[in-house]
Amino acid sequence: MEAIISGASVRLKRMILGIQEFTLLSFRAFRNLFSPPRYWKDTFDMMDIIGVGSVTIVCLTGLFTGMVLTVQSSATLDAFGARPYVGRMVSLSMIRELGPVLTSLMVAGRVGSGMAAELGSMVVTQQIDAMRSLGTDPIRKLVTPRMVSGLVMVPVLTILSDAVGMLGGYLVARFTLRLATEFYWHSAVDAIRIQDISMGLIKPFVFGYIIVAVGCYVGLGTRGGTQGVGVSTTRSVVMASVLILAADYILNLLILHFVY
Amino acid sequence: MSPSAPVISFRSVYYAYPEAEEYALEDITFQIPASGTEIILGGSGSGKSTILKLVLGLLKPESGSIQIDGIEITDMKELDLMAIRSKIGMVFQEGALFDSLTVAENVGFRLREHGKLTEEEFEDKVRALLGFVELDEFYDRMPSELSGGQQRRVAVARAMAHRPELILYDEATTGLDPITARTVCDLIVKLRDLEGVTTVLVTHQLRDAFQVAQGFVFIQNGEIAYNHIDDLDSLVGTEFIVLNEGRSVFRGRQNELWKTSNDYVRKFLS
Repeated sequence: MEAIISGASVRLKRMILGIQEFTLLSFRAFRNLFSPPRYWKDTFDMMDIIGVGSVTIVCLTGLFTGMVLTVQSSATLDAFGARPYVGRMVSLSMIRELGPVLTSLMVAGRVGSGMAAELGSMVVTQQIDAMRSLGTDPIRKLVTPRMVSGLVMVPVLTILSDAVGMLGGYLVARFTLRLATEFYWHSAVDAIRIQDISMGLIKPFVFGYIIVAVGCYVGLGTRGGTQGVGVSTTRSVVMASVLILAADYILNLLILHFVY
Repeated sequence: MSPSAPVISFRSVYYAYPEAEEYALEDITFQIPASGTEIILGGSGSGKSTILKLVLGLLKPESGSIQIDGIEITDMKELDLMAIRSKIGMVFQEGALFDSLTVAENVGFRLREHGKLTEEEFEDKVRALLGFVELDEFYDRMPSELSGGQQRRVAVARAMAHRPELILYDEATTGLDPITARTVCDLIVKLRDLEGVTTVLVTHQLRDAFQVAQGFVFIQNGEIAYNHIDDLDSLVGTEFIVLNEGRSVFRGRQNELWKTSNDYVRKFLS
């Protein structure tokens, strides 16, 4: 019994220490924005990797999500003779929920894992120690540019995903459901309110932070050689995905309460 | 900085890695004078590399005092440590070159980060550094295109880029063939004797340790010449520390090392 309590106590301590380190890393990364040196070139390079590099995967995700949404919702709407409202279903679902969440999950898989692997490799090959020994703060040089890039690019990618999703929905509505173009777009655009746009932009901003903070935190905490890098890569994706879904629920409650 | 202060001073330093049950270093005390050479010997896991990380402030001791140039760094904040690190160069195991940067960007990393050189000045400076380690032609290469020995030499060039007073070598010759290891040792000696850099060499390779201890470099007819001292009693600028399981079991000159009665040291030397 004592062993169980002792084991649980150690795990709890580790968890609290982990939360403390995660918070401290985020705080230091943000604090670095307000003092020089600032690594603008590294920031733009990261924006290219996170943003431009993820365009294809995000567009494909958005396109197929929009298409599936149209097919699924049309079956339900037909029962009520409400097929013309399919555009409304697609646009609101994409902007408020599926666009931010699915885009963030895809970026977490593609970019968050890459960050964890890259920083993890730098840790195990002593490149992070080398950087510190050369008088450069690794958080300022490596984490802050990634953080800024994530906060900027994930919302941009989400907007792109929403647009492509609505386009995908339109293609199915027009060519499979034989819905007139103006019906679809009228229904889709008219339904969108400023609150929906707020929700659709607040969420990816928070998710972008989660992806980068988790990727960097897990990567910089890598131990145990190349095997450790593999473990960190998997861990970052799992941790970021779960946190995104949990944060999505909390954000829904908060935004519906305060914004709508 | 006091001119008489030792470059490095450890006083009763203890260190344990997180979640480890035993100390990695126990009661370590030593001082290294300016321009001296300290060679730290010991088997794997004896705490040799930990000493270098403590010198750089990459790790904080559990207790004891560490001074660099007379300045207490034991509880110093990371930001303040940056100024201390500007006096120190470090060559890591395997080189630890930044694999996404070219050789030139690696060597000039500190120059780019902390200097305001023009592109021309940067190239001149980096080429001169690469010339010192005889790798000028590798300027634009990536580290992955270099052999292990070449990577260590680039790491030496990177460590000396900001003209440090002290260079730490962590197993700089481990894993290299004898000829390449000798090239790296000659480079360490050259840097020490021509630039007056205080040297701390951590190794478990006795051959390389003695080569650095006994070797010396001088200029003859405008050319760099290498030689070595055979009379160990006259070898006064170099001291050895032998570590065993985190404890210092010997500290003294090379002639004393051979005469010691400590069982571990005798076993290590044999």
